[in-house]
Amino acid sequence: MSDARAEILGKIRQSRGVIDDSAAEARLSTRPRGIIPARTDKAPGVLVDLFVTQAEFVDASVDRVASADDVPDAVAAYLASQNLPSEVRLAPDTQLDDIPWDQRPTLLVSRGKTDGSHEVSVTAAFAGIAETGSLMLHSGPESPSTLNFLPDHHVVVLRASQVRKSYEDGWDDLRRQMTSRPNTLPRTVNFITGPSRTGDIEQKILMGAHGPRRLHIVLIDDGPIGTSTPEKFDGI
Amino acid sequence: MESTSHRFPENARAALTNEALQSALGKLETGFVVNRATAAGRLPEFEALRDQARDIKNHTLAHLDYYLEAFEAKVIENGGHVHWASTAAEARQIILDICRTVDAKTVTKGKSMIAEEIALNDYLAENGVEPIETDLGEYIIQLRDEPPSHIIAPAVHVIKEQVAEAFHVAHTHLDPNRSLEEPRELLEEARAVLRQKFLDADVGITGANFLIAETGTSVIVTNEGNGDLTQILPKIHIALASLEKVTPTLEDTTSLLRVLARSATGQEFSSYTTFSTGPRRDDDVDGPSEYHVVLLDNGRSGMLGSEFQDMLRCIRCGACMNHCPVYGVVGGHAYGWVYPGPMGAVLTPTLIGVEEAGHLPNASTFCGRCESVCPVRIPLPNLMRQYRKREFERKLVPASTRAGLGLWAFFARRPALYRVATEIMGLMLRVMGGKRGRIGWLPAARGWTAHRDMPAPTGRTFQAQWVARRAVRPQSSKDASRRAKL
Repeated sequence: MSDARAEILGKIRQSRGVIDDSAAEARLSTRPRGIIPARTDKAPGVLVDLFVTQAEFVDASVDRVASADDVPDAVAAYLASQNLPSEVRLAPDTQLDDIPWDQRPTLLVSRGKTDGSHEVSVTAAFAGIAETGSLMLHSGPESPSTLNFLPDHHVVVLRASQVRKSYEDGWDDLRRQMTSRPNTLPRTVNFITGPSRTGDIEQKILMGAHGPRRLHIVLIDDGPIGTSTPEKFDGI
Repeated sequence: MESTSHRFPENARAALTNEALQSALGKLETGFVVNRATAAGRLPEFEALRDQARDIKNHTLAHLDYYLEAFEAKVIENGGHVHWASTAAEARQIILDICRTVDAKTVTKGKSMIAEEIALNDYLAENGVEPIETDLGEYIIQLRDEPPSHIIAPAVHVIKEQVAEAFHVAHTHLDPNRSLEEPRELLEEARAVLRQKFLDADVGITGANFLIAETGTSVIVTNEGNGDLTQILPKIHIALASLEKVTPTLEDTTSLLRVLARSATGQEFSSYTTFSTGPRRDDDVDGPSEYHVVLLDNGRSGMLGSEFQDMLRCIRCGACMNHCPVYGVVGGHAYGWVYPGPMGAVLTPTLIGVEEAGHLPNASTFCGRCESVCPVRIPLPNLMRQYRKREFERKLVPASTRAGLGLWAFFARRPALYRVATEIMGLMLRVMGGKRGRIGWLPAARGWTAHRDMPAPTGRTFQAQWVARRAVRPQSSKDASRRAKL
């Protein structure tokens, strides 16, 4: 198929006059940011409130807890509220290691990817994006992507300190983490904004098309310290 | 897919009397249109973001070969494969060959308009590979054996009773007396049936909303999560995309995403925006072991540098068709090929020829609503006008229309004669209108007068009135000079 490649690139070049790609080279190396919506221009504490408002706006549910110690109870309470068996599939993610799961002996916890037989998954997030209430997750040995899509219920543990203003802030964090191979992303980066939905039957919006029917976020208020609600978030 | 674009007038006539279709189309204005306006209103920067989106696309098109090569290098570096296809036939062959490397029995498919463009499903089925559409709308129309009628809501023309009928026919393993009255029941059935298909598929094929040069990444945007299940469960993921989908950086892609969902469904962001880069890593526990990107040209490189280059900015949101008064009454199938509405009226003649699709640029009132909502500011009415011009130049316009336009042009170039002729014409029409002032039959416009009377002109011509009014009012020297030009 190298013939097609030469043909296509040849045709494109033919349509161009003088070929000078310095502007493109510069763009790839400087990666200029575009307009970031001013709604994200908030103090850290208020930004977390914006994240919660936005996440709820897209039909995710959010439970704010004080510390990692409270997560097992929060998860158990969610399962009970949904009439679900007390059983979760947990991502083998070190971010979830400080959560004392054995505090709830009746909560059955197994760890690993899923083949579709698990009803509820619990994963960690890489970041929360306040702009639209989106969760940013990425694949890796500790964070199988199957957990984000196959179970009926996806529970995500997010820390307030992980909430970022914009997608761009999320990308910068991820680039910093990938320093060993610059410009190389994990196999998958998922921005998840609310549960699975469809409007394909008469434009009626229904939850739970192919992915999770419910998206539940357990938000640990681990900081940012010293920013306890200085100004009230008054909607966008 | 075989085009029926040349039969647009017949298709449109049939659509107008199709009750189920008219009922389905009636929901467009209250759904997509209102939702887009609300989403745009929630974001003060929306208009500026549209300008920026246009500029990013223009910059990319100005360096298209550079970015495509950068994208390719990055995909290969991450362990993936890039295949270039000049034509639809080449793309189909490449995909079938990849499927054969794993003896694929079934492939799941995320929504891809490029797959429709190259008629991939028929080709795979003919060659013993069963394609299964997984987007709910695509699945419904696959069962009904018809093409999509909208680029983001493929089954928007179908009412729920028709979905139930299709499910009763296709899902014979289920109780024939089960209830399928409610959309929720239909969705649950589709979810259950397709879940097994996802798990069983050998290959997953998706489209791509963007291909990122910086990182060698393909991006898909879905609400259902079907695109993700399509690409993470099988052994092989194939992303099929046309050349102009490439973007420079993650930042640029993010900027474009800010206008995409808002323009399409009125959501701030789709439920699932997924960035895929290469196959599973050595230490990953899930994901496909092979990652292929098929880059399709199919006529697009020829649009570069032409008067239709602006069309390559299109990010396939569907806003133009949601807001189009013509699409709103005839639906997508009347357009006769893959891309309907205003964007289809420009793209279809470009891709399959003005001889076949010449009617489409004429199926517009030029009201300009499409351009006013386009997130990348494509001047759609102007591009359609280019086609009308081309159609006229190539003598594809009917002889009577050509003669009429020729006659009009003759007079229009001779202002004095034009004035006299229109005065005479006005007089004649007044006589024809008689006492009622209505004309029931006109020789040159029989089609028009078959359904309504034409009102006879009541006063003098516009130009005569203009002159008369000027004469009454005192004239400044500026007015006088302007009149001289007239």
